[in-house]
Amino acid sequence: MNETKYMNPYLAGFFLGLLLLVTIFITGRGLGASGATKSGVVAAVSSVAPAHAADSKFYSEYLKEHDDSPLKNWLVFEVIGVIMGAFISGLVSNRLSLTLEKIPTVSSKTRIITALIGGALFGLGSQLGRGCTSGSALSGMAVLSTGGIITMMAIFGGAYAFAWFFRKLWLYPGGK
Amino acid sequence: MGPLVPDLIGNELNFVVAILIGIAFGFILEQAGFSTSKKLVGLFYGYDFTVLRVFFTAGITAMIGVVALGHFGLLDLSLIYVNPTFLWSALVGGLIMGLGFVIGGFCPGTSVCAAAIGKIDAMIFVVGGFLGVFIFAEGYPWFETLYKAEDWGNVTLFDTLGTSQGIFAFGMTFMAVGAFWFTTWVEKKVNGKENPELQPKKLYLGLGLTLFVLGIATIFMPERRTELLADAATAVSNQKMDVTTIDELAFRLLDKDPKLQIVDLRNATEFQKFSLPNSTNMTLEELFGKDASKILSIKNKHIVFVADNEVDEKKAAYIVEELGYRNFSILEGGLSFFKKEILEYKPAGEPKTRQEIDTHKFRQRAVKELPALIQNAKKGAAPKKKSTRVIGGC
Repeated sequence: MNETKYMNPYLAGFFLGLLLLVTIFITGRGLGASGATKSGVVAAVSSVAPAHAADSKFYSEYLKEHDDSPLKNWLVFEVIGVIMGAFISGLVSNRLSLTLEKIPTVSSKTRIITALIGGALFGLGSQLGRGCTSGSALSGMAVLSTGGIITMMAIFGGAYAFAWFFRKLWLYPGGK
Repeated sequence: MGPLVPDLIGNELNFVVAILIGIAFGFILEQAGFSTSKKLVGLFYGYDFTVLRVFFTAGITAMIGVVALGHFGLLDLSLIYVNPTFLWSALVGGLIMGLGFVIGGFCPGTSVCAAAIGKIDAMIFVVGGFLGVFIFAEGYPWFETLYKAEDWGNVTLFDTLGTSQGIFAFGMTFMAVGAFWFTTWVEKKVNGKENPELQPKKLYLGLGLTLFVLGIATIFMPERRTELLADAATAVSNQKMDVTTIDELAFRLLDKDPKLQIVDLRNATEFQKFSLPNSTNMTLEELFGKDASKILSIKNKHIVFVADNEVDEKKAAYIVEELGYRNFSILEGGLSFFKKEILEYKPAGEPKTRQEIDTHKFRQRAVKELPALIQNAKKGAAPKKKSTRVIGGC
């Protein structure tokens, strides 16, 4: 079975924009992703090492602002939805398969390490940027937030600036 | 009027909404091709600009929608979450995320999508994300200065640049269309061939045109709020309005009429100093907000607008009538008249006619009893509850 083609990017963008608009209209807030990671980390640390969480400023500030369990958070539920939605989409378009995606000239080990480092950088950066590509850049653009748009330009600008140094991870002679 | 949370949709139901929105979010991202790192980083090497197209089309669509909904008074923009701006933190955080993007090949949202369809590299990226947040959390004392520096508050870019919201949104749309055109050109150069799927189709042209017309409409039609506020200033003199006389208001206050709702239009300091029972403080601007619509749309209440003079009351009445509310009136002569003739009542001379005698009797009673009522109301008054901005963000 062949996997079906991707949606036209402008149409997908239009749908995504409408979804974001509906989200803002209903909930007054935009979409997000990295916030769920933050909730997860706070929940994990405060249950494994409650004393440490109470001592450390970051966790205690978070726990003080959220009187319920840190996992009882809008973004956590939203991300659970994202997993379900992406899975359904992969199912209907025949794209479900357990693979480590990489170009032939990159070893599996390298890909695993770079994915881990990239994820860690994004996790760290999203805390400073108060949101990631979805929460800060996209949702920030929708409400024209100055900070969101600065973060957006820094993400894409930074990626372009650093792209050349990491070209061997993504480009190889005769293909990509 | 939006946002629907927390009044129309409670906090528990909101979690169900979150899952449904998430499903749609994940589905769209996966259908757009955001579940493969090769497509995502293509943006940075010039061979595939899908991400840019999806991202900017979505951003522009939502942005125009938000501007339009606010413009037509369907969404209270003062209540929606605007990501706060901390200049250096936003810049440095963004750069670190950019670095993470070209090394890891994903961003958090897309990594979740890719992980959901079985991409092992994406699952590892997600794990990395937890690690990154953990590092930030543990190193928080070290990051805190940067994290909290240059706090500009919840500002929007059109505030910062001092342009109108509509014109700014319009400019962003132009930039995005320019970027679409340019990147298609770059993509063609890099790949050596044209992508047949991106040839404009009638449907997309139609959609684009609709948005364009909506954008134009937003800019050139004055915002309803601005228009009404301006009209209100000129329309007051020749407008006939329902008037509540000072004696009637005094009587209803003494009677503790449960149907009476006074809306006090003076500023907050004056309202603090002196206010009538059953009154709530609201500026002309606030009449357009969600809090006002809650009070004004209560069916069995009769609203009486009070201000120092009739002019301000008439403005409010004009605006409220245009907004579609019916059950309201203004106070005869304004609060100053009410104070002089009721609260500080002194008979001008010996009352002669039957009516004058009745009025005199009533006002003598009012001047005795009302001050105590006002005092009590002040003591028992609940602090003003104001809808606050939704807390969002990551």
